[in-house]
Amino acid sequence: MKIDYQSIGLKVGLEIHRQLDTRCKLFCECPTEFVDGGREIRFVRWLREAQSELGEVDPAAIFEARKRRKIVYHADTLNTCLVEMDEEPPHDLNREAVEVGLVTALLMNAKPVDEIHVMRKIVIDGSNTTGFQRTCVIALGGEIIVDGKKIPIQTITIEEDAARIIERKPHEIHYDLRRLGIPLIEISTAPVINSPREAYRVAYAIGRLLRATGKVKRGIGTVRQDLNISIRDGALIEIKGVQELDLLPKVVELEVIRQLHLLKIRDELKKRGVTEQMISEEPIKDVTEIFKKTRSRILRRKIDSGGRVLALRLRKFGGLLGLEAAPGIRLGAEFAGRARAWSEVEGIFHTDELPGYGITEAEVRRLKDFMEAGELDAVIIVADEKSKAEDALQRVKERAIEALRGVPSETRAARSDGTTIYLRPRPGAARMYPETDIPPYPISREYLEELKRRLPPTLDEVAESLSRKYGLSKQIANELIDLEKVELFERIVSETGVKPRVAASILAEHMKSLKREGFNVELVGDSDLFEISKLIAGGEIAKEAAPEIIKWLSKNPGKSVRDALDALNLRPVDMSEVEKKIDELIKRYKSMIEENPRKASSVIMGELMKIYRGRIDGGKLYQMVRERIHGQGGGS
Amino acid sequence: MAVGDRLQGYSGRVREILKESGVEIGDEIEVEVRDETYRGILMARYELADPNYIVIKLPNGYNVGIRVEGEVKVKRIASAKKPRFIPPPKPKFKEGLPKVTIMSTGGTIASRIDYRTGGVRPALTAEDLLSIVPELSNIAEIDAKILFSIFSEDMTPELWNRMAIEVDRLIKDGVDGVIIAHGTDTMGYSAAALSFALQKPPIPIVFVGAQRSSDRPSSDAATNLIAATRVAGHAPFAEVCVVMHAWHSDDLLAVHRGTRVRKLHTSSRDAFRSVNSPPIAYVKDGKIKLNSENLNKRGSREYRFEPGFSSKAALVKFYPGMDADILEFLVEKGVRGIVLEGTGLGHVSTRIIPTIKKLHDDGIFFGMTSQCIFGRVNMRVYDTGRDLLKAGVIALDDMLPETAYVKLSWCLARARNLEEVEELMLKPIAGELGERSMPSMEVKLE
Repeated sequence: MKIDYQSIGLKVGLEIHRQLDTRCKLFCECPTEFVDGGREIRFVRWLREAQSELGEVDPAAIFEARKRRKIVYHADTLNTCLVEMDEEPPHDLNREAVEVGLVTALLMNAKPVDEIHVMRKIVIDGSNTTGFQRTCVIALGGEIIVDGKKIPIQTITIEEDAARIIERKPHEIHYDLRRLGIPLIEISTAPVINSPREAYRVAYAIGRLLRATGKVKRGIGTVRQDLNISIRDGALIEIKGVQELDLLPKVVELEVIRQLHLLKIRDELKKRGVTEQMISEEPIKDVTEIFKKTRSRILRRKIDSGGRVLALRLRKFGGLLGLEAAPGIRLGAEFAGRARAWSEVEGIFHTDELPGYGITEAEVRRLKDFMEAGELDAVIIVADEKSKAEDALQRVKERAIEALRGVPSETRAARSDGTTIYLRPRPGAARMYPETDIPPYPISREYLEELKRRLPPTLDEVAESLSRKYGLSKQIANELIDLEKVELFERIVSETGVKPRVAASILAEHMKSLKREGFNVELVGDSDLFEISKLIAGGEIAKEAAPEIIKWLSKNPGKSVRDALDALNLRPVDMSEVEKKIDELIKRYKSMIEENPRKASSVIMGELMKIYRGRIDGGKLYQMVRERIHGQGGGS
Repeated sequence: MAVGDRLQGYSGRVREILKESGVEIGDEIEVEVRDETYRGILMARYELADPNYIVIKLPNGYNVGIRVEGEVKVKRIASAKKPRFIPPPKPKFKEGLPKVTIMSTGGTIASRIDYRTGGVRPALTAEDLLSIVPELSNIAEIDAKILFSIFSEDMTPELWNRMAIEVDRLIKDGVDGVIIAHGTDTMGYSAAALSFALQKPPIPIVFVGAQRSSDRPSSDAATNLIAATRVAGHAPFAEVCVVMHAWHSDDLLAVHRGTRVRKLHTSSRDAFRSVNSPPIAYVKDGKIKLNSENLNKRGSREYRFEPGFSSKAALVKFYPGMDADILEFLVEKGVRGIVLEGTGLGHVSTRIIPTIKKLHDDGIFFGMTSQCIFGRVNMRVYDTGRDLLKAGVIALDDMLPETAYVKLSWCLARARNLEEVEELMLKPIAGELGERSMPSMEVKLE
């Protein structure tokens, strides 16, 4: 589908979260890099929200409170201490993390606050042992320029990362505490992004800017992007947890398609004359009898364990539930998402997708008859404990009424294919109150001045200076930066004496193209790359051998470069042996040399390369052959 | 938030500026300083911090501090909204539940947050408590009252006495259990005090506290209170006890004897431990599991009310280099008995012994406990110990130093002379003395 993003009024704001590579966590001295070999303890907690004095009701908090679960924490003693366990008050705010935040702020021309106040943001899903996330604004305002456009920054905050979910059961949830407390920086942009591509460009630019601080972590799980997306007539949708940068444009595009689809359905429902009353009046009926002998596995399981099958008719919704705007984007999926999230039911089906899932045509016919559903009507069925199933269909009703109004505002979670799923209602004004265990943290003007004086160069500046200093192309300099090999590159060049271009092509071009070919180049360590460069610099192997060695090492983890040389028969050759071989060949092709020396030398080179490819530099070998032939010629 | 001060925590020039602008905490204000304009709600100031800042809550909920320097303009945009908290309806109790009274002595076992100002307001009435911890209404018919509103470190022997008198009145009123919500710092002392004042009571008297304050979702207050209510309303035993977490986990709570419990960790939920004796029971999955056979039964007819605590007792921890004058000074100030927390098996420097002997001869009680906390004193093993015994020091066996101090305060209030104090101190009254010492568990290495 070709979408004109301008005309539909797309507005996207980004919230980029990135783990900081500080020595220790935000409020304790546990490491931010996982250490293996610790002892694990498990403990149980329940969280309950302290009630608000204002007596107001937060929809997101109600949503979580309904799902009050036993929380089981797994604490590894090498990576967590009493602070993560909420058994000791937080230690002082990590200065190193604050500094990264301030440097980022200065790089974005944001205004650091005069005094940092750590807040508690209520989160009672268990991802924080305290029941709140500690977070603080470091700076306000600022901007970045992306492709010539000014993208205003709203806030820069530093906060603690949450615990990671290990397992989710109906009444129990397990978390690993190792990640809890790792400092995160959060950059929020204004909602001024107008296309999926631009969302990518802005996120990329923020990522590069953050990396200039030299203090952010890399790799899967270290970055999380949240988006808020709206289109004209649509609604503001928050999408949480996009981990891959490359996925961003797709998430935006699919969300636009989803909202357009929901608007289209709204119009169709209006045309069909569906009213709110028509939906709210519909009774929920028990249809277990119809499925008593069903072969549908999920219905069977639910009925056998004492559950009921309940049904709801939705008049004039027929055909609209299964209508698909893009894979997974259907009104039916919206209904199911809502019912699953609130009522935690599993078996939910609608007549647009039936017969199917083991439910037969006869069963569907009887269902429709019983529900008095006509041609244009749809029926939703849910199989589960009676109260859960009832609750689920209530949610479906609510969601169906919202379909008449278009796009409901909600928080959705991103999946790895770029689609999203209903997560919870959008929270009201953030429930925050001061973290009284941590005193305010003043930022003096002198300190800011000092930070300004030693501000790191941006990555564009780094690329510029690399290419100037080493005679590299801008592109390869940027690749070295993106692959985080600048430091290694500079060390290799200065310590081995290898030509900068050769080192750069090994570290950037070869590694990248071999990775693309499917080799596990991550298994090849920096020390291996250093060694390979040193061998090239010393003339012991030819630069052409580098990719072969890297390939071999990626397939043989734990082996050394020397092992690779042996296996690939790349051991340095004895030059006198080579000379002997050349003499032998000259003797063999003597007549050809006399007839056509140029042809002869290329034939001899061909023979030699069969034996010595990769072991001697081709140019050097050719030089030797030429000299030998000339010597020969001179002598005769 | 302190009542009355509408600019809490602000002082000096900043306070003047705010006052002149006619704003108060909770107002929406605009601050113009150094060519920047900030808008938000005026928040209270952290008292220990630099006074030259104004703290506001931004519209996104975050607080920031604004440094006040040069010309500053503060303007009120809107007045503070008063919290419009509507008290919850009176809880409905199930028929036939035991009657339990929760007495609060200070601190907050349950609270509400004003997210606008960050203020935390304690829930003190039964209605309020039940709306925050609704599970209680399935366990007991709850009544709540405020006894004191003090920090637990401000507790005194006089207040132990008032606490005991109040509980005795509740016992006579026929309640089925009493809960005393107490700050954790000195909860062990108060539990010991009531153990001596309310001997063999007919109902459980349960102390409970929280190691994480009740304004946070992870507070242990509710879990502890629920277990305490279960013990107060349903336990087959009637002991003065402390109910707190047994470990880091919310699913196991320990019931400790009031004379045997000590706070042994500054912050962890499992700070309270029974010393030289196991916990008397555990609470798990809503059930009480007994861990001792020697318990006073609910409905005991041997109840004796023995109030009275003297403020003339002292607890002195010996340290290397201690000067004997300290003991003299205490006696000069009117102290009539001293519990020593000696080293190891019960020793203090030989240099102090003559002073102890002299004071003892003058009628001052000396009892010896150990700063080892675990184990019992024995003063017959070494010369120093024997010399201390000769000087008149009483070895207090395996009694906790804090319990010994509380018991001494109680003894001094009723014994007529030194001999009676010495006799009473060694007489088992409320499980404070044990005969058998149990081994610790074996360490198993992989």
